[in-house]
Amino acid sequence: MRTTSPPQTPNFYRVGAFVISLGLIVLVIVLAGASPVTVIGSMIGGAFGNPDQIGRVFATLSPLLLCAAGLVFTFNAGLYNLGVEGQITIGAIAATFVLRLAFPEGATASIVPPPIAIGLAILAGGIGGVLWGLLAGVLHVYGRISEIFAGLGLNFAATGLAIYLIFGPWKRPGVASLSGTQPFDESLWLGTFGNTEATPVALILALVALALTIIVMRRTYFGLRLRAVGKNLRASYVLGIPARRQLMSAFAICGLLAGVAGALQVAGLFHRLIPNISSNLGFLALLVVMLVNFDPVWILPVAFFFSALNVGSLQLPLSLNLESSLAGVIQGVLVLFALLGRGLAQKYGKRA
Amino acid sequence: MDLNQLLIILATAIATATPLVFAAVGETINERAGVINLSAEGTVMLCAMVGMAAALATGSVIPGFIAAAVVGALVASVVAYGTITLKQSQIAIGFVLALLCSDLSAFLGNPIVRVPGPTVPSFQVPILKDIPVIGPLFFQSDLLVYCSYALILVTWVVFYRTRWGLTLRSVGEQPAAAFARGTNVVRNRYLYTLIGGALMGIAGAAFSLDFKAGWSYRHTAGYGWIALAIVIFGGWNPLRVALGAYLFGVLQSLASFAQDKVAVPTQVLTVAPFVLMILVLVLTSASWLDRLLAFLPAETRRTVLRGIRARPPAALGKAFEQD
Repeated sequence: MRTTSPPQTPNFYRVGAFVISLGLIVLVIVLAGASPVTVIGSMIGGAFGNPDQIGRVFATLSPLLLCAAGLVFTFNAGLYNLGVEGQITIGAIAATFVLRLAFPEGATASIVPPPIAIGLAILAGGIGGVLWGLLAGVLHVYGRISEIFAGLGLNFAATGLAIYLIFGPWKRPGVASLSGTQPFDESLWLGTFGNTEATPVALILALVALALTIIVMRRTYFGLRLRAVGKNLRASYVLGIPARRQLMSAFAICGLLAGVAGALQVAGLFHRLIPNISSNLGFLALLVVMLVNFDPVWILPVAFFFSALNVGSLQLPLSLNLESSLAGVIQGVLVLFALLGRGLAQKYGKRA
Repeated sequence: MDLNQLLIILATAIATATPLVFAAVGETINERAGVINLSAEGTVMLCAMVGMAAALATGSVIPGFIAAAVVGALVASVVAYGTITLKQSQIAIGFVLALLCSDLSAFLGNPIVRVPGPTVPSFQVPILKDIPVIGPLFFQSDLLVYCSYALILVTWVVFYRTRWGLTLRSVGEQPAAAFARGTNVVRNRYLYTLIGGALMGIAGAAFSLDFKAGWSYRHTAGYGWIALAIVIFGGWNPLRVALGAYLFGVLQSLASFAQDKVAVPTQVLTVAPFVLMILVLVLTSASWLDRLLAFLPAETRRTVLRGIRARPPAALGKAFEQD
């Protein structure tokens, strides 16, 4: 059939796939017995209705940007770093460790000035993330294990460690529960914009990380070599690029940014360690970077849109008695059809 | 611990492992044909929901299992179309589907959370159930469990003793050679990806209609990833994969048995299959193993290697370029 019809431009398939994905999203909403217009209205209201909600969008955006920036490095090196979730978790654990040291149980004030304690916690989070990222890297580069399964395994291990700490050594005085460790003293909470959940430090760190990522990928020799390794590992190795070192640095950089994101989740948002400290933002960041086809320039708008979807959907159970996972459905359908549209364009699109 | 306790623990282990057996053997089938279906986590969750919904609507478990298998195959068909026909990354498509399907199950399944529905009735095999030890262990559960035994055996026989199995393995190992010998690589890969997906769907329904008897959000969270790990742990051999699933079942049933004695929650144990998988991979891919085995006589060496080596199908994850 397709061979007889005149060939279409690649964009025809990309736009077509996008339109189909919108249609599918509408279909899913209708299947759940709701009206798409009401649902969209409720989600927009839920994301931008009041300062608290807008603050929450930015509180989601910051870790998402950090992880997405980190994943740009691993994706461009040709790696599917599914271990990003575990790197967030280990960052959060390391930050909690430092904050607990700074303010031991029973103390009345922090041992070191709070800003220094928080700074050290973020640093520790970054170091924890680097180590966890490098562990995945060693397993992949030197142990010849698929980075996907090494990463997934380390995610489970990190969550296991967090749960062990929450129920064991770091359990709340009295009863240990899945709601997490004892909250830190308020002096160790990262400052926020007014009474919202958004913290300026997190947002600034995230934007700086994204800007640096764009510069490194576009303007530096390191970025070029990384892309060469990602495009053709063997050829770049033969041409004298230290491929192993490039791959390991990609794992380390991604781990660093994810670890910082984890530390910020602890210091700025939850103020304690909880089992699902990453809130699946690492996986969401993977979707963001896949949707923008690994190009860091488009990360900011897409990540902002995805954050708004996440926050806006929290309104659905309250106002329409629908599940908030609609956000994930919309994000997933958009990314899936972007991938399929790309494939269709490559296969059937007319060469320009 | 007396014999009776041990039997209870092992019987529980077999029951817990049964959905995993379906999922992991299904994944083994499509991976041996060269296609990773990374959507397992989402497929199992979605099909658990669909199976329950269909069983509630009809009042019987059989339509539930059929609906779950169909939806599992449908998700797999997206994987197949995106990766075989459109040659996109199997990891990317599978991963997106994993997230998408689990959220879809939560969104669409909202009305049937914790609604009591039909379950697979228990069925004790006459005569066999009275054999000491073996009877209570293997023949006092339900038809689904017996089907899982059959699935393991049939898959092994088809893989290694039939022409179909040879074709299946050839499109996963050397698709170009298989094509040159007149095998339709694309059609075979589609077929086995769909079969694998349908089995994952049955695994989902096995959770909601049998072992967890009900459905709620994230009820089966983690099992899809664990199934993927077990396939590697089992070295892509259906018997060893099933053994891996049962080993996991034993760990879980031991954990729930010891729950009141140990403070650590059972969630920590979900780490076990991954740690084991990584250890197996590190051990079997290391070069020192070859040096160590060099001391053995050639005949024994080959048997030992075949026994422990976890080598993925050569063309796993790669799109087949026909021209």
